[in-house]
Amino acid sequence: MKLIFEASRQGRGCSLLPACDVPVYALDAAAGRKNPPRLPEVAEIDLIRHYSALAKRAYGVNDGFYPLGSCTMKYNPKINEEIASLPGFTRIHPLQPLAMSQGCLEVLKLAEGYLCEITGMDAMTLQPAAGAHGELTGMLLIKAFHQSRKDTKRTKIIVPDSAHGTNPASAAMAGFDVVSIPSTEEGMVDVAKLREAVGDDTAGLMLTNPNTVGLFDKNILEITEIIHKAGGLNYYDGANLNAIMGKARPGDMGFDVVHINLHKTFATPHGGGGPGSGPVGCKAPLAVFMPGAPIREAACWADTGDQELEIIKRAAAEQAEGTAPPPKNDEEKEIQKAAKELLARLQQAAGPELEFGPVSPLSIGSVRAFYGNFLVVVKALTYILTLGKEGIPEASENAVLNANYLMSKVKDLYPVAYGKHCMHEFVVTLEALKKETGISAMDIAKGLLDFGIHPPTMYFPLIVHEALMLEPTETESRETLDEAAEMLRKLHEIAKTDPDILHAAPVTTTVQRLDEVGAARHPKLHYAFPE
Amino acid sequence: MNYPKELFYMKSHEWVKFLDDATALVGISDHAQDALGDLVFVNLPQAEDAVTAGESFADVESVKAVSDVYSPVTGTIAEINEALLDSPELLNQDPYGAWMIKVVNVTDHADLLSAEDYEKMIAEEA
Amino acid sequence: MGNYIPSTAGERQAMLEAIGFDSMEALFKAQIPEKILLDQPLDLPSGLSEKEVRSVMEAIAAKNHAFRTIFRGAGAYHHYIPSMVKSVVSNETLLTAYTPYQAEISQGILQSIFEYQTMICELTGMDAANASVYDGASAAAEATAMCRERKRTKVLVSAAVNPQVIRTIRTYCWGAGAAVVLLPAKDGVTDWQAMEQLADGETACLYVQHPNFYGLLEDVETAVRLTHQAGAKLIMGVNPIAQAILKTPAAYDADIVVGEGQPLGMPLSFGGPYLGFMACKQDMVRKLPGRIVGETTDREGKRAFVLTLQAREQHIRREKASSSLCSNQALCALTASVYMSAMGPQGMAEAARQSMSKAHYAAAQISAIPGYELKFSGEFFHEFVTKSPIPPEEILERLECEDMLGGYPLQGDLEGCILWCCTEMNTKSEIDQLVNVLKEVAEQ
Ligand SMILES: Cc1ncc(COP(=O)(O)O)c(C=O)c1O
Repeated sequence: MKLIFEASRQGRGCSLLPACDVPVYALDAAAGRKNPPRLPEVAEIDLIRHYSALAKRAYGVNDGFYPLGSCTMKYNPKINEEIASLPGFTRIHPLQPLAMSQGCLEVLKLAEGYLCEITGMDAMTLQPAAGAHGELTGMLLIKAFHQSRKDTKRTKIIVPDSAHGTNPASAAMAGFDVVSIPSTEEGMVDVAKLREAVGDDTAGLMLTNPNTVGLFDKNILEITEIIHKAGGLNYYDGANLNAIMGKARPGDMGFDVVHINLHKTFATPHGGGGPGSGPVGCKAPLAVFMPGAPIREAACWADTGDQELEIIKRAAAEQAEGTAPPPKNDEEKEIQKAAKELLARLQQAAGPELEFGPVSPLSIGSVRAFYGNFLVVVKALTYILTLGKEGIPEASENAVLNANYLMSKVKDLYPVAYGKHCMHEFVVTLEALKKETGISAMDIAKGLLDFGIHPPTMYFPLIVHEALMLEPTETESRETLDEAAEMLRKLHEIAKTDPDILHAAPVTTTVQRLDEVGAARHPKLHYAFPE
Repeated sequence: MNYPKELFYMKSHEWVKFLDDATALVGISDHAQDALGDLVFVNLPQAEDAVTAGESFADVESVKAVSDVYSPVTGTIAEINEALLDSPELLNQDPYGAWMIKVVNVTDHADLLSAEDYEKMIAEEA
Repeated sequence: MGNYIPSTAGERQAMLEAIGFDSMEALFKAQIPEKILLDQPLDLPSGLSEKEVRSVMEAIAAKNHAFRTIFRGAGAYHHYIPSMVKSVVSNETLLTAYTPYQAEISQGILQSIFEYQTMICELTGMDAANASVYDGASAAAEATAMCRERKRTKVLVSAAVNPQVIRTIRTYCWGAGAAVVLLPAKDGVTDWQAMEQLADGETACLYVQHPNFYGLLEDVETAVRLTHQAGAKLIMGVNPIAQAILKTPAAYDADIVVGEGQPLGMPLSFGGPYLGFMACKQDMVRKLPGRIVGETTDREGKRAFVLTLQAREQHIRREKASSSLCSNQALCALTASVYMSAMGPQGMAEAARQSMSKAHYAAAQISAIPGYELKFSGEFFHEFVTKSPIPPEEILERLECEDMLGGYPLQGDLEGCILWCCTEMNTKSEIDQLVNVLKEVAEQ
């Protein structure tokens, strides 16, 4: 199919802006560009058809099963999109007066509170834009914590060898050395090795639990205690939170800092790669290091020490609640009148109810501009309110149920890397199949493309050879899982009987397997315009 | 697989060719290039950088992996093979012609294997 | 109470039995130590039906006020968004896909990113762009990391850069152990005299914003000359709309270009999601963070697109990767592509020219009011700073009564000054009304 630049015709365009109604300002030519950018010149119909054609050559959750392990490709509810497109959210300038942004602050405050409760943390920042951004933020919190105690020899972050690549990379960005520790034969953290690895140079540990092979580490309390005893802090990678929401909390497992992926666990769409949102929560002693300004109830409600004002405020509160007694004397009448005025002022946005407090002097600063991927937070909040305290654990229960169900239907053919049961995802190894038939994890994945579903995550975690990682999520029905299991079984059979089919797969897609070596050796990273 | 007799090898699959007592060429073995698959990029150090026997001085990239390359000798880099920057495939096509660095003032070397011992080691690993 | 689980209670029970459990409790108890399992429900409100949640969220949105007229920018800009943009980015498939790991079924996403990279290269004149990063501020911070080498770690930043960007660069550099030194500003633009002393053999890069935080055009030629003289890299922060008419960073010989892509079709949205774009010269391509899409062919020789140069990235290079970036802002990059395609080169230039012309008209009118003057005399794009003896709060509150969001009140040395912004959204009559209100306030 054509690139949009190839569909461009000089002189075409769309009528979007009116003529300029002020004198046109002439920029000094030296400051101006010589040639216009070669952006597409297309009519509206050209543009719309172009992107429709692109969409037909893509695959989303709404097109079918997407068991991409570690990514939690659950269904993204429509109501969330509609709420996030309300002008009351989209048309709000991030620097407009807070009195006129109370709804935005309320979204942030509610989301912070609910996410604290779900993770067992004391404070939350919504600034980070994705999981890896949250990891960086969390690592910086840990660094700030040790520095504030002048404990500068703590330069090492311990990361299990099964960790996602973002973990060591984020730790390194925060200036830490990464110490990798091996996993046991059961796929868990090797506690003995961990004990050997810790010392007075340990800054902390990064872990996801359930881990990247889909197992809940039974020794978790022992593990986090080893780190604490050594003087380090525990960081929880929340990529796998969908397994335990409402069932268990990182904050109760000894973790001090967590990130959450709203685009995974809280059902916000992945957008072809983003935007996500990676809120970071921490325990109280770390809150002073958080980025950005904390949201709080406006100071006008806080105790001012001014007795007269306090009496009026109390009266105003009573009025607001409708519990104000009738005034007994003139003085009380005066107080009630003043209270009424105060209340009116507050209610008419003369004084905001929520505000940003001062940035802590110990804050790590900012990891981006403004307050985070706000509209993503709006979607996640809508989701949390919809599910509520009943629906949230139910989501995790069914995510775990679906994963175990799918695993049980394929594990005789696809050996599970570790464990008898799994949490919300599981990892199979095709090492034996590859030895026997030459068919690799990649070949099976490509075969699935011809069956019309999205393949699982391939070759992750690195500790499992020929790995496929399947995460069905709770929003898939039993039939979908049955069908996927059938496909996997069928592919296994083909691998044994007619492996060439799989070497050639996919054949039903718009393109076949690509020359990735050529792409990397001689990178062509933009369209080559005809000269 | 081909392991020229006049070269010495490291267990981590680099080769070294001594041009004289204090000058050496360094590259990766035929076995290494085969195991790594099609190489797409080489990160080379700069001339005048120091290298230390047993320490990584470069890395080579395939599409889905990156591997460190370790120096068999201690010395100073006199020259890098710039042709590899544009054509990493040379490492696959001609691993012994495609040297990566030329080291001068060689003062030390790591544990090195003869071609025969290296070949034996690989046979045992397989 | 809502949930999005299709299976019925009966189906769940049957599935539980199929895996050898009689209850969910048993399934969890088999794997999570009892000590850790919660013994009571979370302290959250009860779930809501869609109808209820809609009214709750609508009520929250109603507590915000969307201004009729906006004269404020300072890092978030109110531009016209063509209807086509929303239509395309709400497409079910494009919205619910993820990173195109499986190229054969993701050609649409990959091609859209390739087109986006091309458009960013066209705007900036640079050789290569990545698929997006979190926002403009983190793009700036990531760019400084691209320039750091063993012996060069110091990062110079102009004091006339958006303060949020400075703060983000500081935070990232603090993590990496790199020093950040501010280059002072004079008359609203960077004071290049200080550069002679501050740039040295340890300097990795200079970050300059053009137009800068005060809307002023910088002397980029001098910036490039002094930076390159010191053997360091020049990073330019640009406004993508201005770039439709301003001299390209490539023509200035900048090494890296970054910016906040929000003006390219993204609503204000209280600060996000926005779009960090990054582009660089050929010799730095392998230092770019994040995803990059390249053109290649499939087995049959058909043109196709694929994620490439992946060995730079965290999933392969792990702790040696220069960035941990994984999920990015792909849908925002798509938004920007659709915006730029809809506007075309003429439309983009028109939006830029109108923004600039209206800002100059407003600046002239405001500075003609007795008591108001322009704080700086340099050439500007679509933002400018005024000074007046009247406290900004007074002016801004008065404007709010007219449903106008006035300029941004500056702090610090510029306390008492206001940073105004005009775009093609502001009609002449709105600007005239603004000027009238300012006059009234001045006369009181
Ligand atoms: C285990 C794990 N950790 C961290 C991340 C990084 O999250 P994000 O892509 O949101 O940056 C991922 C996501 O892919 C993951 O699977």
